[in-house]
Amino acid sequence: MEDMIFYDRLQFAFTITFHYLFPQLTMGLSLIIVFFKWKYLRKKEEKHNDSAKFFMKIFAINFTMGVVTGIPMEFQFGTNWAKFSELTGGIIGQTLAMEGVFSFFLESSFLALFIFGEKLMGQKLHFLTGFLVFLGSWASGYFILATNAWMQHPVGYEILDNGVFVLKNFSALFSNPWLLPAFLHNQFASVVTSSFVVASIGAFYILSEKNIEYGKLFLKTGVIFGLVSSLLVAFPTGDWNAKNVAKYQPAAFAAMEGIFETEEAGSEIVLIGQPDMVEKKLDNKIAVPKILSFLTHGEWDKQIPGMDQFKEDELPTNIPALYYSYHIMVGLGTIFIGIMVLAVFFLRKEKLYTFKPLLWTIMFLFPFPYIANTTGWYVAELGRQPYLVYGLLRTVDGVSPTVSSGNTLFTLLGFVGLYILLGLLFLLLVGKTIYQGPEPQKH
Amino acid sequence: MEVFWYTMIAMVLVVFFILDGYDFGAGIIHLFFAKSEKDKEVIAKSAGLFWDSNEVWLVAAGGMLFMAFPTFYASVFSGFYLPLIIVLWLIIFRAIGLEFRSQFNYQMWKAIWDKSFGISSLFLALFFGIALGNIVRGVNLGSTSNGISVHEAHYFFLPLWDSTFSPLSGTPGVIDWFTIVIGLITVVTLAIHGANWIILKTNSSINLQLKSVIFKLNIALSLLTIFSLSLWLMINPDALDNFMEKPWLLIFTVIYFSGVFGLFFIKKIKKDIYGFILSSLIIVGGITSTLASIFPVILPSTNSINGPLTIYNTAAHEYGLSIALNWFVVGFILLFVYLIVQKRLMGGKIDHMDYGH
Ligand code: HDD
Ligand code: HEM
Ligand code: HEM
Repeated sequence: MEDMIFYDRLQFAFTITFHYLFPQLTMGLSLIIVFFKWKYLRKKEEKHNDSAKFFMKIFAINFTMGVVTGIPMEFQFGTNWAKFSELTGGIIGQTLAMEGVFSFFLESSFLALFIFGEKLMGQKLHFLTGFLVFLGSWASGYFILATNAWMQHPVGYEILDNGVFVLKNFSALFSNPWLLPAFLHNQFASVVTSSFVVASIGAFYILSEKNIEYGKLFLKTGVIFGLVSSLLVAFPTGDWNAKNVAKYQPAAFAAMEGIFETEEAGSEIVLIGQPDMVEKKLDNKIAVPKILSFLTHGEWDKQIPGMDQFKEDELPTNIPALYYSYHIMVGLGTIFIGIMVLAVFFLRKEKLYTFKPLLWTIMFLFPFPYIANTTGWYVAELGRQPYLVYGLLRTVDGVSPTVSSGNTLFTLLGFVGLYILLGLLFLLLVGKTIYQGPEPQKH
Repeated sequence: MEVFWYTMIAMVLVVFFILDGYDFGAGIIHLFFAKSEKDKEVIAKSAGLFWDSNEVWLVAAGGMLFMAFPTFYASVFSGFYLPLIIVLWLIIFRAIGLEFRSQFNYQMWKAIWDKSFGISSLFLALFFGIALGNIVRGVNLGSTSNGISVHEAHYFFLPLWDSTFSPLSGTPGVIDWFTIVIGLITVVTLAIHGANWIILKTNSSINLQLKSVIFKLNIALSLLTIFSLSLWLMINPDALDNFMEKPWLLIFTVIYFSGVFGLFFIKKIKKDIYGFILSSLIIVGGITSTLASIFPVILPSTNSINGPLTIYNTAAHEYGLSIALNWFVVGFILLFVYLIVQKRLMGGKIDHMDYGH
């Protein structure tokens, strides 16, 4: 049983991590594309239209990858987590089916129209199709996060004698207090990813002295979107999420903050330190007293329960991974704000396009939002352990009863091989698109 | 309520097979008949422009099934674990074949992705047919051995095949001689459908040749249909009971055969769209007759200990099913609006349409 579930979890973690690399770009990028298209409508400068179409090419490659890696996610609920699907399908099936029926259709139909239809339908309608693609991708994110929010903080359900969860209150799924903060945080985080990518391509063009006009436009747009979204990710949404975790998943909160022992009054905030699971303490700790209590509750002396307050089988199963993931996310978030503030400052001084060290930094910054997003999800998902549905259904009880670990290992290996191939092809194509650059409008 | 959701899911699935079916079919035709680079290009394009918006029908059907019949979803997806994951891999290969072939202008690059598109389309069609065959044949629910259920009564696990390859062995695998025949029927049907689509959407040089291909395949299809019906009656003597009790169900069968019949005149048909409609009728009729023959069962049991899965014993709770109706009505109208808008804007032959990315 134990090793069977290990491969199931590994497979889910691997495939979802890979899947999420693509939507986080498409969701944010669709917003930036809409912005370029809108600029073009107002100013009638071709470069904005070219930029919109250039990024739509990158969007389309990502979209394809998102689709082909998304279908395995939906399947896996049934194939690997059959018991979970059987017991909770009546509830999370609602939000997943709504996603399928509303958002994917919106997104994929209008994407095709956006790409092929510019000449057919004129600029205003073309803008509208772009906007609908954006709406579709954000609606996707919304329904998926509604699903996840229910697993993190179940609402509106009743449990029958045979363990089946039945829906009692549909609207509760959407007024779930977990949903809005998670959704906003997640969406702004995906704007961070896409604006960093846009800025990075801009910096690359400027540094390599190719397509310089576009390079400047991309860089400027990228850093402005980047600054705003980095700020919004930290505050209010990041802070709001942290308060929710402290309130609804106190054991997860203690683990991600690295609080092994409850302090009498006022918890310190840990900046650096390595969890030592044998001694149950942090090694090489650097911490600031009382700040955590203030950040979470607005009171310097409020007590925050540490991991010593919880039973072993209530605590997350992989505390070091959870702790590091959280600190990587927050650490990167802080660094992002710093760099973007600097970039906007230089932009206003009109020195950004010539200040090489910063350009190089921005060019190589783009992988880090991907890391922050991935680790952010690891915080959410590892923090939810040992439960699938927080407090109610344990992960071990959700796995498919009939699928043996040999079979799961086989498919896991298959996915690893296939996704490595996909990843290489993806890089090749995106690289080629960036190398070719935005083509000026042909007349 | 159960019947309503069952009908809706079946309908979305049928639309999926009509729409994505022509992509699979185009892939099969591409594999065997497209010779010149120009034809290959155009045929790949006739599928490539549409596959992702067609695939959403599969995603929608999956989501609806999960919502309305969670027990069925759980049982079938875990029970058919290996074939489903293989289908996923094939879907991925097909998609990247279509999307990536025209990205670089090298002969070898194109050849690789053409094969990837063609072969995975062929195997997908085969696997979908085999799946349909499994659904009517039934499985060893509860994985009984020596009269004892190893799992809960609604769970099972099927190997890809068992050593006898026989549907009568009591512990059949996914692939046996019956499901293979159904798989072949599907391949032939979708090849016909894909050929009609190519004729409809392109000016490729093989269009004329394709008409006689359709004609020949149609003969094969008729023979296979009769063959499979007799096999089926051999496996399950009560197979036609539903039709005896409710003769109106035969309308689905009539739809099927009218499609097959009509296609014998393919060479005389002037308007390309009629051919496409006829092969769509075969798909509609084929799927609905198969489902109707076992209704309200959705997965028969091959042992006598555990009863079959039906739409009643696998459905979600009443409240969820009825509340979902509200959003579904809106969604359903939108689905068809998207479909119509898209088909209108991308109507006509696509040879000269510029494939943007
Ligand atoms: C660019 C990416 C990024 C950045 C810079 C941050 N986050 Fe984040 N965070 C995410 C990307 C993300 C995410 C991947 O989008 C998550 C996973 C689930 C979710 O809704 O958003 C997330 C979840 C998440 C959670 C919820 C964990 C759970 O559900 O158990 C908390 C408490 C925070 N974040 C807090 C923060 C704080 C205080 C940040 C301060 C700078 C921060 N995040 C920066
Ligand atoms: C709404 C979307 C999501 C849902 C419904 C979801 C659901 C699940 C489920 C069912 C599991 C397996 C059971 C378990 O181990 O708890 C899981 C595990 C996991 N998920 Fe998610 N997930 C979602 C999004 C994500 C994303 C975007 C990521 C990362 C980028 C992610 C990372 C992981 C990881 C790392 C695990 C393994 C955790 C462990 O087993 O300890 N999840 N998730
Ligand atoms: C376990 C959880 C998940 C499942 C079951 C899932 C399922 C899917 C499926 C089936 C597709 C393909 C849809 C199509 O055919 O168009 C897809 C694509 C997509 N997914 Fe996921 N997904 C999951 C996690 C996530 C997360 C966490 C997000 C973002 C918050 C997300 C956002 C998207 C978006 C925006 C697309 C559209 C394609 C794209 O833009 O790249 N998904 N997903």
